[in-house]
Amino acid sequence: MTDKPLTKNIIGFDGHTDLARYESLGGYAAVRKTIGRTDPDAVLELLKDANLRGRGGAGFPTGMKWSFVPKKEGNGHRYLVANADEMEPGTFKDRLLMEKDPHQLIEGMILSAYTISADVGYIFIRGEYHVAIARLQEAINAATASGLLGEHILDSEFSFRLHVHVSAGRYICGEETALLNSLEGKRATPRAKPPFPQVSGLWGRPTIVNNVETLCNVTHIVANGADWFKSLGLGVDGGTKLFGASGRVARPGCWELPMGTPIREILEEHAGGMAEGYQLKGFLPGGASTDFLTPEHLDVPMEYETVMQAGSRMGTGTMIILDDRSCAVGMIANLEKFFARESCGFCTPCREGLPWVQEILDRIEAGNGEPDDMDVLERQSQFIGAIGNTHCAHAPGAMEPLASGLKYFRDEFITHIEGKACPYQREV
Amino acid sequence: MPTIFVDDRAIEAKTGDNLLEVLLSNGIDVPYFCWHPAMGSVGACRQCAVVGYANPDDTRGRIIMSCMTPVTEGARFSVQSDNASSFRNSVVENLMLNHPHDCPVCEEGGECHLQDMTVMVGHSDRRYKGLKTTFRNQYLGPLIGHEMNRCITCYRCVRYYQDYAGGNDLAAFGSRDRVFFGRAEPGLLDNEFSGNLVEVCPTGVFTDKTLSKHYTRKWDLQSSPTVCQACSLGCNTYTSERYGEVRRVHNRYHNEVNGYFLCDRGRFGAQHVNSPRRIPRAGMRNADGLYEPVSIPDALDKVKALLNGKVIGIGSPRASLESNEALRQLVGPDQYCNGMTSTEREMHGVILEVLASNLNVPSMMEVETFDAILVVGEDVTNHAPRLALSIRQAVRNIGQQLAADTGISQWHDAAVRELEQDEKSPLVILSPMTDRLDDIASDTHRLAPNDIVSMVKQIIEAIDDNKPSHARDIASTLLAAKRPLIVSGTSLRSANILKASANLAAALASKNPGTGIFLCASEVNSIGVAMIDNTGNAEDLLGNKPETVIVLENDIDTRLGGSLLDEVQNLVVIDAMDNPTASRSSIVLPAASFAEAEGTFVNNEGRAQRSMATFAPAEHITPGYQLLSALGGDQLSASGWQQKLAAEHALLAGVATCAPDEQFRIEGSRIARMTHRASGRTAMLANVSVHEPQQPLDTESPLAFTMEGNQARAPASLRPYTWSPGWNSNQSIHKFQDEVGGPDKSGATGIRLFTGSTELTGFELSEFELSEEADADLIGQVHIFGSDELSNEAAELSTLIPQPYARMSSATAASLKVSHQDGLAFGDIIMTVLVDDEVAERCVVYPITPGTEALESARLSGLQKVAGYTAPADPLRPSLITTDRTS
Repeated sequence: MTDKPLTKNIIGFDGHTDLARYESLGGYAAVRKTIGRTDPDAVLELLKDANLRGRGGAGFPTGMKWSFVPKKEGNGHRYLVANADEMEPGTFKDRLLMEKDPHQLIEGMILSAYTISADVGYIFIRGEYHVAIARLQEAINAATASGLLGEHILDSEFSFRLHVHVSAGRYICGEETALLNSLEGKRATPRAKPPFPQVSGLWGRPTIVNNVETLCNVTHIVANGADWFKSLGLGVDGGTKLFGASGRVARPGCWELPMGTPIREILEEHAGGMAEGYQLKGFLPGGASTDFLTPEHLDVPMEYETVMQAGSRMGTGTMIILDDRSCAVGMIANLEKFFARESCGFCTPCREGLPWVQEILDRIEAGNGEPDDMDVLERQSQFIGAIGNTHCAHAPGAMEPLASGLKYFRDEFITHIEGKACPYQREV
Repeated sequence: MPTIFVDDRAIEAKTGDNLLEVLLSNGIDVPYFCWHPAMGSVGACRQCAVVGYANPDDTRGRIIMSCMTPVTEGARFSVQSDNASSFRNSVVENLMLNHPHDCPVCEEGGECHLQDMTVMVGHSDRRYKGLKTTFRNQYLGPLIGHEMNRCITCYRCVRYYQDYAGGNDLAAFGSRDRVFFGRAEPGLLDNEFSGNLVEVCPTGVFTDKTLSKHYTRKWDLQSSPTVCQACSLGCNTYTSERYGEVRRVHNRYHNEVNGYFLCDRGRFGAQHVNSPRRIPRAGMRNADGLYEPVSIPDALDKVKALLNGKVIGIGSPRASLESNEALRQLVGPDQYCNGMTSTEREMHGVILEVLASNLNVPSMMEVETFDAILVVGEDVTNHAPRLALSIRQAVRNIGQQLAADTGISQWHDAAVRELEQDEKSPLVILSPMTDRLDDIASDTHRLAPNDIVSMVKQIIEAIDDNKPSHARDIASTLLAAKRPLIVSGTSLRSANILKASANLAAALASKNPGTGIFLCASEVNSIGVAMIDNTGNAEDLLGNKPETVIVLENDIDTRLGGSLLDEVQNLVVIDAMDNPTASRSSIVLPAASFAEAEGTFVNNEGRAQRSMATFAPAEHITPGYQLLSALGGDQLSASGWQQKLAAEHALLAGVATCAPDEQFRIEGSRIARMTHRASGRTAMLANVSVHEPQQPLDTESPLAFTMEGNQARAPASLRPYTWSPGWNSNQSIHKFQDEVGGPDKSGATGIRLFTGSTELTGFELSEFELSEEADADLIGQVHIFGSDELSNEAAELSTLIPQPYARMSSATAASLKVSHQDGLAFGDIIMTVLVDDEVAERCVVYPITPGTEALESARLSGLQKVAGYTAPADPLRPSLITTDRTS
């Protein structure tokens, strides 16, 4: 059994894995042994036992999420949605899985749908991922032709139709309820929870939305068992995780490593350390909407609780590195520009608050900051930053790099304001 | 009733309410924007934040949105904590980033919910240094103005317009802080309830153009509680005036009648009071046939002299009970008729019988609780528009049921709509052509009026007969409902339709006592005058060759056909506005409009409601009942006539008590029609004289003209406007409700006159009147704008009246040898042929609009194809100025 289940078909293989290659490497074995043969509740118990946590950012236990789906009554549709709208700046892990090994996701979705009795599935995918879109569609066609998808899968009572839906392109569509609204053809505005999608999701029906990487893991848990999965992790959380690093490191990239791998190992061994001439100033451990950590946190293991204790979130596990020759204010201003632009415009703190933050940061970066701007930034980061203050998690996520930036890089802000200029030489 | 603790005060909360509703119902001020009492919560604005505590040991709590929080036993909250108030302050500060500082020139100023909430949270200091977002405004038609820069993005407008009112041409576009609320392209808002946007918007984005054109600060308006005159539903309105002109009409909340909303005919139609066709003074026709102005006393003397001869009086379903009774007393009961045609009297007679029967006649708000509705030949949206809005809510009962089953609170609006999707409670429509409610109907049948009657008969038979048929399907739908409702009315001018509807309701009621029937009458007081006298027949009375005919506020020439008046020697017309009858009068007496006279009106459900004069009429103009009093008989004030009505007509006993009389005082004071904030009375006529003129004395009601008097604690039936300290906008209404959405704390407005006890035996349907050519019927189509005599005179609405058309199916067109956009003439009336296969076979539909009245008696054989006719682009959409700036 491999210790890199998610990328075993990807590592060392140049092309992408088609159905023949996928099956020759043991693919769809989990589907064949499960569909029509194993009680869906047993699969759910297995998932709970494995303690798989969502890989999309929030880390919610997948088995528990699924257990909230009400018992099937009547013939109404139940939906499974793969959230493949990977738009977090600095995050590119799902793309790797979908482009290189599309059947892995499809197999995970078949198993997941079977578990929750979903009859229709959607892969809601970022529009720019045109290679993945084509390969997923090709894989779905092949799987359908082989009786692995569609009506009466493998001659069982279970049917599952799977569609690829290409997002029209808003970051907020990655929020699961905004995704559902978008899938319904409505404005991509998040919904208030409760009710949760498990109860009233897509078109008001029971729905599960999971991240691509989460669904890919399901295949391997079903194939290899919960104990095997748990043994993969180095700490509390089981399994492996796709970690990534971008910024001024020697080898930016994406690697499947055990859950709980120390940040130092990811950065120094896999990313090859900082690029020549650059020092590490800080990093966002889990993508753009997580709090900054600094070199003192390098020995923190990358798993949900430990990163949380360090003051940030593991998020998607793809780090963005801030080096000593780049301006922290400039980086934060750039991030907030993105988040302000991607606000759906529904709730006041996000809609009005983010552009205000962006306006202040742009001004400070341009050398036009004033001392009282710091007070406003502090106040806005608290006003916008707490979950519950806003309609969804978009704006609180947006405030994480700002609030932590104000904590760790306050002197840079002050230098900008007092010196009326950005002290960093901008490299072209 | 869970008990909750708010800042350590114990409060009994109403089960099912959200926390915001509980707080407001208990007099605790919490600012809010996106929540609306009729539309529930979505949690967009985050303004109503309070602190919620997890348990008794929790001292920190966390910010929660009160509108999104259900109340549970023992839950603890704080409105006053620093956290909560600082958060609410930040919300306003952020909302204000892009809001223009244009209050001094903003129409909403002084009545602005955003101003109120800003003051409430204490935000006063601006720290934002950036530029404001700006938008381009759109032309939205002649009724609604658009000023997008003021938008605070609360989403109320689109939630109201799309979700509540069923409109589909107003939407939210774009994202972040550049969300634009408007149409895909500039143009007329295509919804009969667009005017409510003005009241739903918490700031000045959507404005009332009929007010804009002669704008007055809200606090300088003189207002009174009035009853809408535009149809029979009796919606409660506030009519407001300045300088002798009606400036605007706003909704007056009534928990059983109109709730929070009006239709556009009601809101904008009252501008007819300002029509240049108002009759300014008395006139007498001289020997040359020209009118000569005369003084009122001279005119009255002249009429008095005629009273010794043979006199009849023709009353009016659009005049008040008081005026009608005064006329009846003047000419004597045998010489009085209520001024309706025979068909109208027959139809309203049916409605009266239904009201008096033990059938359940719900109020309009109660209609929203019925879970299956059959509409029988009534064009609700065009004829009794406000009811359509209630039917739109009724079809959501299945969604509310689904939500309850799923544990989703009724107020959780987005979640309920998400769950219900396109599920609708059954709504079946029997109509001769497409109906504005088709989009929410589960089943529609296009039938000629007589076929509608046949279908209803079949439905009655199918109640006990399982044979498969359309009728059986409809019967099954109605039988399966907990509360089926039959809706019908007079728009197709068929008594048989009403009778058949009543028979069906009675048949259903024998199976299910929850059955209801809601019949729409024709005019504001059709039911009232039918209760005074529904036997007197104008045609018979005129046939007796009276020497003098007194016509009260009724265009009898148009209504009955002019030839009946040809031999009348002395035609005395008492009316507010010129019309064909007034134009042929020998003596015309200028009557006050509804806005200048007190009056009592009985709506379609038999509810007597008092409408109070908004302002004193101009010199020479007098309320109808006062003119008639002055002609002799009883010299009575309004309340005198009300008592007379109560004494003379057993069923109208409630008329005397449905609002306090002129003796009523609050601590010795009258009730002022202007707010105490009014600024300008002294300045109003300062260009004429700096001496403030003496204000007119209101002898008829306990209200005082202009400012002097008490504003607080007026009974609901006399309250001239809603205002409460800190609540200057219409949102102050919750301060007057016993709970959010509940009845008025200070008493009911109006009295339902019928107790409904008699057993309905079932109507005999009259034999169908087959048209001479059995191949087609000419059907008059009621239009919300165009078919109402008074609102047609409102300047803005008059631009929306459709041009004559003849709408028919392709088969009918072929049989008439015409095609789409041909011209078809009947005398002077030229109609554009519209081929529409949604029109029932054998029907030709024409609009009931000024000038097409003659078609009512026309036959198809009388129609002639017009050679070389060029059709207008869209006869249904009259030529509108497409932008405000082209003129």
